Amino acid sequence: MAEETATAGGAPPVFNASMQWRRIKSHFFVALGLLSVLLGIVTLLVLLVDVIVQSAGWLDWQFFTSFDSRFPERAGVKAALFGTLYMMAFTMLIAVPLGVMTAIYLEEYAGDNWFTQFIQVNIANLAGVPSIVYGLLGLQVFVRWMEMGRSVLAGSCTMALLILPIIIVASREAIRAVPPSMREASFALGASKWQTVRNHVLPYALPGMLTGAILAAARAIGETAPLITIGALTYVPFLPEHPLDRFTVLPIQIFNWVSRAQSEFHDLAAAGIIILLVVLIALNSVAIYLRQRLRTRY
Amino acid sequence: MAEDVSPFSRYPSRNDMTRRASRNVKEEAIHYALLATATLSIVTTVGILVSLMGETLFFFSEVSIVEFLTQTEWTPLFAIKKFGIWPLVTATALVAFIALAVAIPAGLLIAIYLSEFASPRARDVIKPVLEVLAGVPTVVYGYFALTLVTPILQEFIPGMRIFNGLSAGLVMGIMIVPMVASLSEDAIGAVPQALREGAYGLGATRFEVALQVVLPAALSGIVASAVLALSRAVGETMIVSIAAGQNPTFTLDPRVPIETMTAYIVQVSLGDTPFASLEYRTIFAVGAMLFFLTFAMNIFAHWFVRRFREEYD
Repeated sequence: MAEETATAGGAPPVFNASMQWRRIKSHFFVALGLLSVLLGIVTLLVLLVDVIVQSAGWLDWQFFTSFDSRFPERAGVKAALFGTLYMMAFTMLIAVPLGVMTAIYLEEYAGDNWFTQFIQVNIANLAGVPSIVYGLLGLQVFVRWMEMGRSVLAGSCTMALLILPIIIVASREAIRAVPPSMREASFALGASKWQTVRNHVLPYALPGMLTGAILAAARAIGETAPLITIGALTYVPFLPEHPLDRFTVLPIQIFNWVSRAQSEFHDLAAAGIIILLVVLIALNSVAIYLRQRLRTRY
Repeated sequence: MAEDVSPFSRYPSRNDMTRRASRNVKEEAIHYALLATATLSIVTTVGILVSLMGETLFFFSEVSIVEFLTQTEWTPLFAIKKFGIWPLVTATALVAFIALAVAIPAGLLIAIYLSEFASPRARDVIKPVLEVLAGVPTVVYGYFALTLVTPILQEFIPGMRIFNGLSAGLVMGIMIVPMVASLSEDAIGAVPQALREGAYGLGATRFEVALQVVLPAALSGIVASAVLALSRAVGETMIVSIAAGQNPTFTLDPRVPIETMTAYIVQVSLGDTPFASLEYRTIFAVGAMLFFLTFAMNIFAHWFVRRFREEYD
């Protein structure tokens, strides 16, 4: 700091001997980094404050118990809430067993060969496919070829395929975290492979798999594009009672309200967003709690 | 039975052996059941390819592929139908470019800050914020772009329309920041500590270590994260559907309504388009284009990491 040596320019590598200047650059860089972080935090805060202010007065009991309407003061999210609930129930029923079974196969059974490699590459690629392409897949395969119609079931099947890679990856990590000594102890006592997996690996991997499933559910609840593509309705004045009934979900209802010109509907959208965010925060909190418990176990 | 008193009785009896055999059958069955679910991922990929390609081939039996790839007017929903995909492509490229112009610098700065400068306490605050930001549904970002960002932009920029590419791009950029940050941070985290310590030992400042040692060493992973971010931006749907408009205009003006490939698919899906109609097939043709674009980017990113990774061990 004390030395004020002249910069020795010219000689390669260029080296600036002024410590002060080098420190300033360092600080400047930290400032830029913090600014970028701030961009995220400010966006989040502004977004939250905005939806809370905009939805003021709209989030009442009537909002929960009414169907959508042309009149903003009569409109509500009843159909969307039930639609989301039904769709998610079927989605998880389909996706969790398939995802966990795939993870068990890849971690415990699969040999190290080209076929296993191929499956793994495939899953990695599927995770990067845009969600709207899953919508087109669902439209063609489930809605049209399997003749499910534009129903809750078709939506759930589509959504299940979409979140399958997430569940598989999370479940694999959970299974991998179970120490091999557990398996060896079980095998030493004469247990078969499946008995070992069923009675020893799965119970220990359960919290991790549950966390993954919850995060996948959070992703699915917020997804809009694939369901619009398979033709979920934007105006549903009834509750779906059968897996083959038509339906709407919360994000589609929000999209519908945002797309209307009157600003009252934008306020309704803000109210819908609050419900959606509360659900997501609740799910994520459960996931974080489970993750914490998992950490203390080992 | 007589055998039971023989010295061999402590070995598995016949009864045990059949039980063992049935156990093996069960084990085999479970093995194959698990294998079957694992192949579902392949079935899904095949399903995507077949459903996209089938309708796309039908589409190109009616529309010339040359017109599709060279014309600059897209009016499949009008009486006079024109099928030049370029307006959708330029719109997608424009929004993705704006998004990346936000996401890559911000994401990279956050990644370097988190891994090289931040205290553990700062990390504990920033990481969850990024996770929340990544978990916000895209439809919410769309609302944010249309009702909050666009009015602000209209204050500053003359000629700014309600639906425009700039607002959608900026918000999409913020949405992608967490993804760039976390992927870049992974790449930076993989740089061996010894490299940093060597540079510090030579008297480098933190800034010099970060910029001249860590960044070049992590470059392959950072490039890959940028390509994956691009793929994500191209495939993003709800923000552009809500905030960028539904006018397929062949322009790079960020102030006017445009229509991206994804927004077009949404627009058609919102109407009850009958199966096997030409409109129905257009969304598969556009979807196929989208799929192959993003697929190529994802493959390239993974290949790039593997090809240009610096190995230090």
